[in-house]
Formats: sequence, C-alpha cells, structure tokens
Amino acid sequence: MAVFVIARLTFREAQRRRLLWVALFMGAAFLLVFGIAFHFIQRDIESQLNQPEQLAFVSILLLTAGLYAVNMLVNVVAVLVSVTTISGEVESHTIDAIVTKPIPRWQVVIGKWLGYAVLVLLYLAFLVGGLMLIVYLRSGFYMNNIGRGVLMMALAALLVLTVSIAGGTRLSTIANGVMTFMLFGLAFLGGLVEQVGALIRNTAAVNVGIVSSLIMPADALWKKAVAYFQPTTISNPFELGPFAAITEPSTLMVVYAVVYLVALLLFALRSFSRRDL
Amino acid sequence: MISDLVIDTRGLRKEFGPKVAVADLTLDVRAGEVFGFLGPNGAGKTTSVKMLLGLTAPTAGTAALLGRPLGDRPARAKIGYLPEHFRFHEWLRADEFLNLHGELYGMDRVARGAAVPRLLELVGLADRAATKLGAFSKGMLQRIGLAQALLNDPALVFLDEPTSGLDPIGRRLVRDIIDDLRQRGMAVFLNSHFLSEVEKTCDRVAFIRGGRILQISSLKEFEEEALQVVVRVGQPTPELLAGLERFGRNVALQPGDGRISLTLADETQLPALAHWVVQNGHSLYELTPTHLSLEDRFLQVVGEELDE
Repeated sequence: MAVFVIARLTFREAQRRRLLWVALFMGAAFLLVFGIAFHFIQRDIESQLNQPEQLAFVSILLLTAGLYAVNMLVNVVAVLVSVTTISGEVESHTIDAIVTKPIPRWQVVIGKWLGYAVLVLLYLAFLVGGLMLIVYLRSGFYMNNIGRGVLMMALAALLVLTVSIAGGTRLSTIANGVMTFMLFGLAFLGGLVEQVGALIRNTAAVNVGIVSSLIMPADALWKKAVAYFQPTTISNPFELGPFAAITEPSTLMVVYAVVYLVALLLFALRSFSRRDL
Repeated sequence: MISDLVIDTRGLRKEFGPKVAVADLTLDVRAGEVFGFLGPNGAGKTTSVKMLLGLTAPTAGTAALLGRPLGDRPARAKIGYLPEHFRFHEWLRADEFLNLHGELYGMDRVARGAAVPRLLELVGLADRAATKLGAFSKGMLQRIGLAQALLNDPALVFLDEPTSGLDPIGRRLVRDIIDDLRQRGMAVFLNSHFLSEVEKTCDRVAFIRGGRILQISSLKEFEEEALQVVVRVGQPTPELLAGLERFGRNVALQPGDGRISLTLADETQLPALAHWVVQNGHSLYELTPTHLSLEDRFLQVVGEELDE
C-alpha cells in the first residue's frame, strides 16, 4: 500500500537529513538541563520540607513545568518538520513523479501524515519518558495519572501537525508556516485570557478563551493535560501561569479536538486530490 | 476492434481564471509511435502534458490514454513520465530511488530486483547505484529520471525535455533508448526544444502555439514534400534563370557566389533538370538538393502565426 511506502519514505527522510539525530541530541541536552535543575532545586527543598506529600507536591510542580516545555517543543517540532513537506514538494515538482504513479493522491497525504505522526509521537515519548525517569531517580516520585495527560499532549501535537499538513496542500510553505504558528499563538493567548478571566471572574474574558479554543484547541488540550497531572485538591501557587489549569476544559472539548483533527485531515485529503499541480 | 491509439484527445482545454493556457488540444498517438510536441515557450506544452498525466484537471474536453479516461489508475500503471523540472529526493541513493518508484508502481520485490539493475545499466549508471542523488550532475539526474520512467515497462512514455541537461553522448543514449522503445511497440510522447533531436527520433510532430495545435505532420511527409535545390553553373544567364522557372518556383540568383536556388515540387525532377542545364551548354558544377530542416519548418509554421 502506497500509504506505508510514503510513510517509510518520510521517516527515512528525517533520518537521512539528520533531523532525527539533531532532535534526539537536542532532546538529550534538554533532559540534561532539566535533570541538573531538578537535582539542585530538590536538594534545596529537601532541606526545608520533610513531609512526603509536600515533597511530592514540589515534584509534581517541577515535572509539570518540564512537561510544559516538552509540550511547546514537540508542537514546534511538529510544525517545523511538516510545514514544507507538501508545499515544498509541489514547489520543487518533486511531487510530480510521485502523484503520476498509479496511486490515489490522498494516500500521499495520509502517508506523510502517518510518517510525521510516528516521528512526533516517538519524540514526545522520548522526552516525557526522560523527564519521568529523572524525577523518579532523583526523588522516587512517580506521577500515577500521567498517561491520560500525555495522551492530551499527544493529541495536541497531532492537531498542530494536521494543521500544518492541511495548510501545505493549499498554501505556499511560508504562508503555511505563518498560518500554523499564528493559530498556535492565538490558542496560547486565548488560553491565557481565559485563565485571567476565570481568576477575576470576568465572563467576557473566559468566552474569548473558549472561542479561541474552538478555533484551535491545542492549548485547551494542554490545560486538560495539566488537570490530569495536578489533582484539584492541591492548591497551586502558580495559579496564573501556564502550569496550572484553573478552568479545566470539559471532556466535550477533547471530543471537539478529535473531531477537529479528523475533519481537518479529511479536508487535506480532499483538497490535495483536487488541486492542480 | 481494439483501437491502437494510446493517446486520443478531443478539444482538451485549460483555463486559469481568465487566461486560456490550452485552447483546443486534439490529437492522437498510436502504439509504437514517437510523437514530437513542439512549440515556443508558453505555447501550452507543459499544461497539455500535465492534463494528460492527471496533474491538472482540464476545463473542458475529453481524452483517453491507453483507452481509459484521464487519471485512470490501471492506465497510469502502464505510463512512464520524466518531468521537465524534475527534482527527486536527493537524499536517496540511485538504487533506493528506483526501488521507491518501483514500489509506487506496485512492483513486487522480485520485479524490482530485476528491473533496477537492468535500468541502471541501460542508462549507464550501474556503477553509481550506491551514490546519493544529491551528488549527481544534471545529466546523471536526467538519466536516472529516464530509468524511473521506464521501470514499469510502460506502453506509453512522456519525456519532457529529456536531453536538455545531456552531453552529446547522453543525447545519443536517449535517442537509442527511444528507438528501442519504438521497436518494442511502445509509444513515446516527446517534448523537446532540440529540434535536431526531434528530427532524428520522431515519426510525427505537432506544432503548438497559443494553446492550439497548428499542424500535425509525419516527418516522412516532410521528406516527400518540396525540395530546395542549389544549382551552380559556370556563367548564369537570364535565359538559364528563365528556363529553370519551368522546373520549380522561387528561382533566385544568390548574390555574390553565382549560385541559383529554387524549390522543386519533388525529387524526380532532378535528373531532367540536370539534363536540361547541360543540354543548353552550361557547365554544371553543383546540384544540391536539401530538405527543409525541422527548424525551418518550425519557424515557418510557428513564425507565420507570429506575423499575423
């Protein structure tokens, strides 16, 4: 099946163009920095606190901060690796000799999506696994409910990837890059506005946040992930920051994000199948 | 009866907004034929090829390739294509590249295992199988692109400017490959600016300009057509010039060297002409028949239109 041929090709491209190795190396550097910081903060805190639940709370906060950075990194990487894949090959005419083969065009889009999805998810797993291992080795803390949260992060990364691939079927590389990053930024800003709105009980601000989440649900998914990471019983000193979820998005928002992703992917398949090359 | 037309188009048209790229593409190409598609830049050649290959959807008209409608997948399995501005994945090795395209053609491992080395050999790149395409010269890329277009043992091959990056040896290689394809009953649709190449390889040519086909002729017809003759005698006289008018038209004395040029309706008049010149007491130094080159014809057909 051509889908898998293209997916394998996409994966091989990442490998051959050293994308994979640079990403892994930089990821390892990121984990090293986190590990060093975590070690010293933990040492400092251990000298002040001795209650196990207090120590666990600190571990949760630091791990959430690390996961927040991972979420950002993985989203940005998802855009960067995929933003040129279709538009770039259309512009260079590399795609001409591919789509004239006896394969339906939509399989080219799905194949590329699949290749990058595997790549991005593996990267997410590598970074999250690294963070958890560092925290566990240093403090013995293990976040029980991390699975669902990471699932939300994975969904957010796939969402960003899908926006970038769908944009590439219609827009030039540069226009697609701008659009995808602006959507991402809009979601981030909307999320912040919503949080402030919730804190000062301003309905208008909360609604702005909700609308921006509907336009691009990536940030809402992160909030949902944080809600899984931090049980509501704990009061969070960083209430205003992105490491907290004052307004936990509903399950409906997660369903919406899944529908959003599927619809966008279908649009991409259709759009590319009909386009003049 | 099964038609032997591999390309059969009727009134194909492509508009981009208000701009008409191809106004009316009506042509047919038979199996075992090498068909040249000629026209100046911007004539609509590339758009025409893109429509035939399903890269671009026609605005109007109908077409069949290998007896199937445009874009039909089983038909595409028997079509090869070397794009003009081809850029392939440069991080692939030559053999990996051919294997990839073989997979996309739906060839299994055994078929690819046989075809890839054979084609690398055919295009003279057998010793470069493990070289990445990024390290290839333009000519080598053109060769590997040609190998890619022949992977599936196609019944119809589209070659868009296949010799543009090649040296004379490479051009000869492409010509030999095209001859071989013709002998094996495959059809070749050749887009080229190298008119001398087209003249050597094609059976028929179409001249296209402004998105319209101006003329389709076989090269054989050209040969049988009017013949340009140069006559050189010791002393050209007005009587000689007048007498030559009986044999052909456009009799003209070339300024300077005393050569006389005229156009004969056909070759069989040559012996009579030579006889008449000698009989009338002229010493005949030279009698040279020349056919119009394809380039002359191209300029004639396409150029005439430009003057309108």
